[in-house]
Amino acid sequence: METNTAILLSIIIPLSAAICNIYIKKHPNLRDSITLISSILTFLNVCIILYNVGNNTTDPMILFSVANGLNISFHVEPLGLLFALLASGLWIVTHIYGVGYMRKNKEENHGRFFACFSLAIASVIGIAFSSNLFTLFFFYEALTLTTYPLVAHKGSSEALRGARTYFGILIGTSIGLQLIAIIWTLVIAGTLDFTRGGILLGNIEGPLVALLLFLYIFGIGKAAVMPFHRWLPAAMVAPTPVSALLHAVAVVKAGVFTVLKVGIYIFGIDFLKESGASYWLMWLAAFTIIAASLIALTKDNLKARLAYSTISQLSYITLGMALATSMGVLGAGLHIVMHAMGKITLFMCAGSIYVATHKTKISEMAGLGRLMPITFVAFLVGSLSIIGLPPLGGSWSKWLLILGAADRDQFLIILVLVLSSLLNVAYLVPIFVKGFFLEKKSSAPQKCLESSISIWLPPTFTAFCCLVLFFVADDILIFLTPIISLE
Amino acid sequence: MSLEASHDLAFSLSDNLPILQVLVPFIAAPLAVVIGNRIISWWLAFISSVISLLIATTLLGKVIDGSVISYQIGGWAPPLGIEYRVDNLSALILFLVTLVSTIILPYAYKSVNFEIPKEQHTLFYAAYLLCLTGLLGVVVTGDAFNVFVFLEISSLSTYVLIAQGSYRDKRALTAAFDYLIMGTIGATFFVIGIGFLYMATGTLNMVDMSNLLKGQESLSTVRSGFAFIVIGIGLKLAIFPLHFWLPRAYTYAPSAITAFLAATATKVAVYMLLRFMFTIFHPTFLSQISIFEYIILPLAILAMFSASIIAVYQSDFKKLLAYSSIAQIGYILLGIGLMSETSLTAAVIHIFNHGITKAVLFMGIGAYVLQGRGSFLSDLEGIGKVMPWTSAAIVVGCLSLIGVPGTVGFISKWFLVKSALEIGWWPVAIAIVLTSLLAVIYCWRVIETIYFKPLLSKNLTSETPISMLLPIWVGALACIYFGLNAEAIMTTSQMAAKSLYAGSFGSL
Repeated sequence: METNTAILLSIIIPLSAAICNIYIKKHPNLRDSITLISSILTFLNVCIILYNVGNNTTDPMILFSVANGLNISFHVEPLGLLFALLASGLWIVTHIYGVGYMRKNKEENHGRFFACFSLAIASVIGIAFSSNLFTLFFFYEALTLTTYPLVAHKGSSEALRGARTYFGILIGTSIGLQLIAIIWTLVIAGTLDFTRGGILLGNIEGPLVALLLFLYIFGIGKAAVMPFHRWLPAAMVAPTPVSALLHAVAVVKAGVFTVLKVGIYIFGIDFLKESGASYWLMWLAAFTIIAASLIALTKDNLKARLAYSTISQLSYITLGMALATSMGVLGAGLHIVMHAMGKITLFMCAGSIYVATHKTKISEMAGLGRLMPITFVAFLVGSLSIIGLPPLGGSWSKWLLILGAADRDQFLIILVLVLSSLLNVAYLVPIFVKGFFLEKKSSAPQKCLESSISIWLPPTFTAFCCLVLFFVADDILIFLTPIISLE
Repeated sequence: MSLEASHDLAFSLSDNLPILQVLVPFIAAPLAVVIGNRIISWWLAFISSVISLLIATTLLGKVIDGSVISYQIGGWAPPLGIEYRVDNLSALILFLVTLVSTIILPYAYKSVNFEIPKEQHTLFYAAYLLCLTGLLGVVVTGDAFNVFVFLEISSLSTYVLIAQGSYRDKRALTAAFDYLIMGTIGATFFVIGIGFLYMATGTLNMVDMSNLLKGQESLSTVRSGFAFIVIGIGLKLAIFPLHFWLPRAYTYAPSAITAFLAATATKVAVYMLLRFMFTIFHPTFLSQISIFEYIILPLAILAMFSASIIAVYQSDFKKLLAYSSIAQIGYILLGIGLMSETSLTAAVIHIFNHGITKAVLFMGIGAYVLQGRGSFLSDLEGIGKVMPWTSAAIVVGCLSLIGVPGTVGFISKWFLVKSALEIGWWPVAIAIVLTSLLAVIYCWRVIETIYFKPLLSKNLTSETPISMLLPIWVGALACIYFGLNAEAIMTTSQMAAKSLYAGSFGSL
């Protein structure tokens, strides 16, 4: 198949799945199977693109022109392809999980839920393959809009409040800061195309570079750099599949992916390094890493703790870009995958616990591990990957980031990374320990609580993937190398 | 007209398009009264509106390359006779007005049936046709006094139309009266201004006047003429401190009329402002008296902020949108005030884009009023469940108002911000995005109410009838289509802006 057709198809398939979801009201099984098939097809499509293109970069395909010079256009490059593979692959897993979760938990409005889910995936694929900032912004906003109903899904006043924060911060930062940054870029550079080595060199200098970067970083609210991180904990009111795929993988990764794209293809790593514009960002990211971890320690609600952990981990990626070294950028790219796999496991486990026991607080989970062994072991594997222990995937990206920091002689940053790993241990491991080694207080039934296979299998699978990723990390790195070479 | 033209009907028709643009609705109006049947009068209004749209489209096609159509009424050459003159800008506005009218009339049939007693319908449609005539006339004419005449035709009929809302809410009467007073003051200022210019030049033809005014700009007669005209138009346009009539008029007018006026009347007033400021007076004169820095820009920004903030606190959806209209007029004025080719282009684009956006939104509210019996937010709780299609269209309109990519609102916002950044006016760019955020707040209040509040028991109604839904969705789809394919509007606006910027009527 033509690569360009495959790109379009990988956006169109989730879109049509969304339409099916809205219209098939009476046959939930049919509806959910259609979505499952479309998720597999989408993934296959992305695989075809991988097979066709490898880690080359294709020429932009202009879908249509909105006004002179503003095009909706797509291309394939390694980072975007990796992101698309990740999002579409995990969509299959999360969909299976989501169907089980939504049915078991007796949530309402399944049609709207899965429709918005598919739309969000379509937007993510659009972000991954966009070949200019205008297209990226287009899908970035679409992603915000389509995930809003998912966050507000329950319709309770708590859900509405959370959704309001979610939407307010994301749309506020994107319109208020990112849009200005993009138009500013267009005015000074005359183009918005993602180009190797950046488009800004020679067009802007001095403190203005740092200002522009400032507008981008805070404008990309989805990257959750403090102080614009509040939306992520607020989004935890959503059903767990949403938290798992969207708020551990798709939406937040769309944010840091945009940060990387802007850093690599708009500013250019060398330009960032020479102008020193990203120096402040390094420290802000380091601050976010530590501060969010500390806040995570104080959270008793499991999903809230995971949310703050995500904020902290996202700043690893931002930090990698801010280091502006090839090791840092590669580590950041790798961390997108590693963290996604680890965090989705953790969230699915959290959802699994909620479905089985309706418990959300960590303090209430004492002894649960013995009743739900599969879930808790998967949780442990995910935790260890997030912490960065071999033989799990997360260790490589942290290693690379530390190397990147060493390249820039930033020993304080290395210290921050090490300290953060310790903090990860402190807020993740106790959950597992509580589950397995503490006695359960009440005299609840001592039978196995694992719910249906569609709920415990997906986290087990992703936990297994964390292990696999440790051994294929090198291949991913080779795959990503073109993004740092200029040629 | 030439003799051979009468032999060739097609030729003569296409030659007489500028006058036909005005004549078709103008003749249909008394015809409706004479026939006196309410259904026939609707058909008359609709057919003449469709014909007008066809004429406007043809005109737009003719001038899109930048040429100008000059039409001499009765064959009397200007400046003695009255000249009708169509260039890019006027053709675009004609297209907008007739397009909106054609979309709204099918919608109006049911809506008017519900809101206005049957015996008034004939007169209602007659007044509507006259209003349309006036608006089209203002745009098509190239004669300054003629502008005043048409302005009065449209204004007087508008007062009547707004007062028709009194069958739903008696406050429509005072709203119409307020508007009558303010509108008349505005028209008086305007005609006094034209009088001054006539005193200085001895001509009423715009092109002629523009030529004769050159070199006379320092005369106090000319300057006071300018001031009178700008204030007069400002009243019609609801420029910030002169806007008090607008929220009430829009809130209490019949739904179809609100949609029509919001999309066209203020837009035509903006057209007048552009025409008088840039064509009759020259842009160099405008920068000489610094009207942009000291008057237009500050007022525009004040309007954007204050009206948006007031909109946030409204409990009536219709009034909320009325205040948002004042803020959006601020955007248009901002585009004019930044005084660059890009910013003027943005202003012209926004005239068009805001026109269709507001038409969709006000039509949507009309549907709520018909089905849900109210336009207050408290009446609309959870109505998205029973009226999904209408509500989805409202969402499209709201997104366009916010300026989300993929809608027309985004295009105009993009170019407005771009024009501000091009000349390095950072604070203005920031003001634009800040007010967009205010728009997020007031729009989201509406969306939350519609979709996520529990359904009120009295709202157990059905979806809007298809004859109303179709026009709403035509508008909503136009919002999306022109947001994704802005090339045509963009080119036309760019050309219009270029000729305005050069201070000419059409030709560069």
